[in-house]
Amino acid sequence: MSTLILILVTGVGLGALYFLVASGLSLIYGLMHVLNFAHGAFLTAGAYAAWVAMGYLSGLGGWAFPLAIVIGMVVGAIIGAAVEFCLIRPLYQRHIEQVLVTVGLGLMAVALFTGIWGADPQPFPRPEWTRQTTDIGGAAIPNDRFLLILAAGLLLAGLIALLKYTRIGLVIRAGVENRTMVQALGIDVRRTFTLVFALGGAAAALGGVLGSVYLGSVSPGQGTALLIFAFIVVVIGGFGSIGGTAIAALLVGLVQQMANYYVGSGIGDVSVVLLLAAVLLVRPAGLTGRTA
Amino acid sequence: MSAERAGGSVLSLADVTVRIAGSHILHGIDLDVAEGGVTALLGRNGVGKSTTLKAILGIVASAGRIEFDGRDIAGQPTHRIVRAGIGYVPEDRDVFAGLTVAQNLELAEQPGVEPDYDTVHELFPELLERRKQRAGTLSGGQQQMVALARVMLNPARLLLVDEPTKGLAPKLVEQVGDALARIAERTTVLLVEQNLPLVRRIARDAVVLDTGRVVHRSPAAELMADETLLDSLLGVSAAVPEAGKAVRE
Repeated sequence: MSTLILILVTGVGLGALYFLVASGLSLIYGLMHVLNFAHGAFLTAGAYAAWVAMGYLSGLGGWAFPLAIVIGMVVGAIIGAAVEFCLIRPLYQRHIEQVLVTVGLGLMAVALFTGIWGADPQPFPRPEWTRQTTDIGGAAIPNDRFLLILAAGLLLAGLIALLKYTRIGLVIRAGVENRTMVQALGIDVRRTFTLVFALGGAAAALGGVLGSVYLGSVSPGQGTALLIFAFIVVVIGGFGSIGGTAIAALLVGLVQQMANYYVGSGIGDVSVVLLLAAVLLVRPAGLTGRTA
Repeated sequence: MSAERAGGSVLSLADVTVRIAGSHILHGIDLDVAEGGVTALLGRNGVGKSTTLKAILGIVASAGRIEFDGRDIAGQPTHRIVRAGIGYVPEDRDVFAGLTVAQNLELAEQPGVEPDYDTVHELFPELLERRKQRAGTLSGGQQQMVALARVMLNPARLLLVDEPTKGLAPKLVEQVGDALARIAERTTVLLVEQNLPLVRRIARDAVVLDTGRVVHRSPAAELMADETLLDSLLGVSAAVPEAGKAVRE
């Protein structure tokens, strides 16, 4: 029983990590129809920014980690907004070029991080409490899982509140349905694009920092590795739907963990692809019915 | 024959051309929309009526000169053209299906402008009752009311209205016609419409397009009275059909 609890909580924690990365990806595609292959770069940049910040802030004791998270998120947001403004904005309506630019940027970012900090994973200075465990039903659950779940829960609640109760959220929801008509109502949708890229960058960076805590290290390729699963989550959930993304992330995390433990190590990744195929066969537009 | 009035044009198009995916849709449109009242933009299917409206709004890229209130608006982003005082009611209504009626209207509110909900509720009291209903669950006629209400909230100088009666029941056609007539009392309207009885009822001027060019302009009543001309330009008769029934090609 304790093993099942450990697997379930770890699966939910992994799903939470996927949600942190996939939520921005889903909003960006839903609103702008941009397949952002550079999203992993936002994640890695945020993780490295937090890792560097931790070095400088070590004298602050318990404040160092939350401050490093904020710094990582700010860096992710700035990079996200800059990418939208400088590279994506001139290429709206030119989807092939967008893909080429974001793929190129993603590859360049990995090379850049490797050039600066080396290809080897760098140990992430995790706070002691994240290494400790909490006993639930006899299972010793590492606290970093709860941190991921808490962060994803807060992000989900924040995004729902943003989409439901603010004007900018209204513009995003309307823009996901019909961007042209939003502009035809006199709304400068480009500002919303930049904001969504910044939000996505911040969320991905948060995923990068907490993913580094979960993995215990930061490396140039961690964004790329997580991006693949984030895309699977977005496709399963339905593009542009935050609720769908949350459900899909949970499903993917749980299936991956269960398969890895009960079927065999490494089968988790295969099972996620099979889950993707099964969902697309039954619901081609994903769980929430929005097509790519 | 010219539809221009001494009061001047609120909108002028000079040699406007549009190419979409390699196809030449507009071949140098010259068009003046006189201040006040309804100018009907007529023509067979596929001659470029909707594209003309989209070119004015910057939704499709165009070449040539487009002047609104004496200022060249060609090439400007759509939101800036709309903020300058042009409202748009698209052909398929394009209400935001996942948002409520109230949210659809709220989205149309422009900063610094007091939205005119009084007129909207006076003309479409049904929308007040259905304000919490998702727009996607409304009937076609109700969605058209939302689309018209969105542009009525702001004091536009010019409204571009694309086939507002398309697919509507006769009773609703009448209601939409009433709303357009009321709107035209305070705003200039450029109306794309194939329902000739409605055009006859509310339009002051008529412009006819064919294969991406303006081929005729005159007072609407003059065109409607000339059966031969109507038949040659639109391939239809202007005979008044059964109550509310549209005359189409």
